[in-house]
Amino acid sequence: MTARELILGRLRAALGGAEPAPVEVTRDYRGVGSVAADLDVFVDRLTDYRATVHRCGDADVARTVGAVLGGRRVVVPPGLPRHWLPDSVTAVPDDDLGVALVAAVDGVVTGAAVAVAETGTIVLDAAPDQGRRLITLLPDVHVCVLRVDQVVATVPDALARVGPHRPLTWISGPSATSDIELSRVEGVHGPRNLHVVLVAGDSRTSTGPDGPAARG
Amino acid sequence: MTRSFLGMPATAPPDVGHLRGAEPFPAAARRALSDAQLRRNLGHATATIRSRSAAVIGEVPDWPQLRAAGRAIKTDTMARLPELLEQLEAAVTAAGGTVHWAADAVEANRIVTDLVRAAGADRVIKVKSMVTQEIGLNEALEAAGVEPVETDLAELIVQLGDDRPSHILVPAIHRNRAEIREIFLRAMPGVDPALTDEPAALAAAARRHLRQTFLSTRVAVSGANFAVAETGTLAVVESEGNGRMCLTLPETLITVMGIEKVVPTWRDLEVFLQLLPRASTGERMNPYTSMWTGVTPGDGPQAFHLVLLDNGRSAVLADPVGRQALHCIRCSACLNVCPVYERTGGHAYGSVYPGPIGAVLSPQLTGIEDNASLPYASSLCGACYDACPVMIDIPSILVHLRGRAPHPRAEATAMAAAAYTMDHPALYAAAQRAARLGRLAGRGHGLPPPLSGWTASRDLPQPPSRTFRQWWAER
Repeated sequence: MTARELILGRLRAALGGAEPAPVEVTRDYRGVGSVAADLDVFVDRLTDYRATVHRCGDADVARTVGAVLGGRRVVVPPGLPRHWLPDSVTAVPDDDLGVALVAAVDGVVTGAAVAVAETGTIVLDAAPDQGRRLITLLPDVHVCVLRVDQVVATVPDALARVGPHRPLTWISGPSATSDIELSRVEGVHGPRNLHVVLVAGDSRTSTGPDGPAARG
Repeated sequence: MTRSFLGMPATAPPDVGHLRGAEPFPAAARRALSDAQLRRNLGHATATIRSRSAAVIGEVPDWPQLRAAGRAIKTDTMARLPELLEQLEAAVTAAGGTVHWAADAVEANRIVTDLVRAAGADRVIKVKSMVTQEIGLNEALEAAGVEPVETDLAELIVQLGDDRPSHILVPAIHRNRAEIREIFLRAMPGVDPALTDEPAALAAAARRHLRQTFLSTRVAVSGANFAVAETGTLAVVESEGNGRMCLTLPETLITVMGIEKVVPTWRDLEVFLQLLPRASTGERMNPYTSMWTGVTPGDGPQAFHLVLLDNGRSAVLADPVGRQALHCIRCSACLNVCPVYERTGGHAYGSVYPGPIGAVLSPQLTGIEDNASLPYASSLCGACYDACPVMIDIPSILVHLRGRAPHPRAEATAMAAAAYTMDHPALYAAAQRAARLGRLAGRGHGLPPPLSGWTASRDLPQPPSRTFRQWWAER
């Protein structure tokens, strides 16, 4: 008998061999689409978790990125819209860079898949404008550019917009710990600085030919 | 015959892992209670987390509905556990992962050790995981010549301090910042001797200490918070980024998961990702949650192994009252609100699962005989039930388990004697007079042997100066 057969046999015996009575899961909590996203709440939540928020138009993204990372080396995922990068940064394209090389750069600029206003969370799904998971992990500064129409109200809204077939990273503020006397301290192993650039208004400019890959 | 015997639900084996303490709860608790520093540390930490958690739960208008949904999903999961595990196995395999089944701690430790050896590694980095503590994986790896490196800050504090975890979420909750600084100065190679006890400085020291280890270790071991049967997706919820390091950088990832962690559908995550952080760390959302499905070419570990562990869970499932303990999502809210935990700390419970949930889970995993005192490690005040984000009725399970626990013979004798006495009015009157005499003689703290077996862990009420019958007769 394999361990698999043994365990499944034990579990069936534990349940008494009976056909399980169906259990009704009542989902009367706030589900997908039941609440409108509030950008002010999103900014408040991000700020509360020590992320820095910048709001600007699409044409001003490069200037904002430059103010954070100007003069420094920045790893760039393959599908990042080029007009988001200022001339003042040294772009290091991620063409399967080694770990040591990624660890040596100062920062990273990415897009995002979706964001949750209520929790101040951005979700990365490793699409071409976000890249491999490790490029947003090793550099100490992460600048994440979001269109306002990517911000949803709740966790159910966000989960419905992403899927299981790409690795997901849900990020709420910079790396932190509560392990010392249960007080939250920012800055452990992940990026110690998280900047969110919220691109306002006209989303057509950022879904154009050089914009992030559209996703359904 | 042998077949059906082998197929019966089984408890976790002794002599491996950390589900059994060296002494019963009352003895361990008595020592913990005399440690004033421990009580100060615990009081401060649990008060902090309670107020933070209450504040962020108060922001959510549908918290009761989310709790009820969480409970229903878990009830449904347990009722269909075998088929959901088969579904999970198929989905993980289809996504490029390898699934292993471990009937108990010994088997799980052997599977992981063999996988680490096959990868040619002599060191593994670990994400904080209750289940690998439960099975004593670190000891098994060390015995095989493999160095396990705990990367969660609190687990690192425990490992460097040669200590034991005392809380599900914050294993070093019993240490304050000054003690943590001392441990780092003593045991962290290359630490700056000018290290202060500021939490930010201590966290920065851990970052420097572990950085190179993260970048150069080829195998990681993690637990899992959730596994979605429908899609084969695993989820790990964390704060520091050590989890992301372990889940992303190594070539091989080995995830050990208790079989009760499976959830049926992708959508179910929308409930638990709201319940867990607010109940656990008191955050609207924890800093990092990683989800992965099998292997992603060009991103993260290219070999993924999932170890599904029983180790007594089938025995818990066999008890229709006790099986709710398997609903636990390891948030530790019940610890933080428990008046017993707040005073004794986690070590007194003996098991890696302390507090109210530990008091119902550990005795069921090991068999009640091996943790017979734990169902009594509670005042039955019910705060744990109110705090539980998936509405586990811990007080009812405690009472149920008390009924199943072996009772000392003295207790049975005393109860039989009391029943007989109460049935016989003359004897009862005499007993009451004797109790009154006992009071006059300065007793009242306990009964003489053999009845002391009953009063050793219970206060005996002070007998009144005269009995009701005497008062009635005199009026």
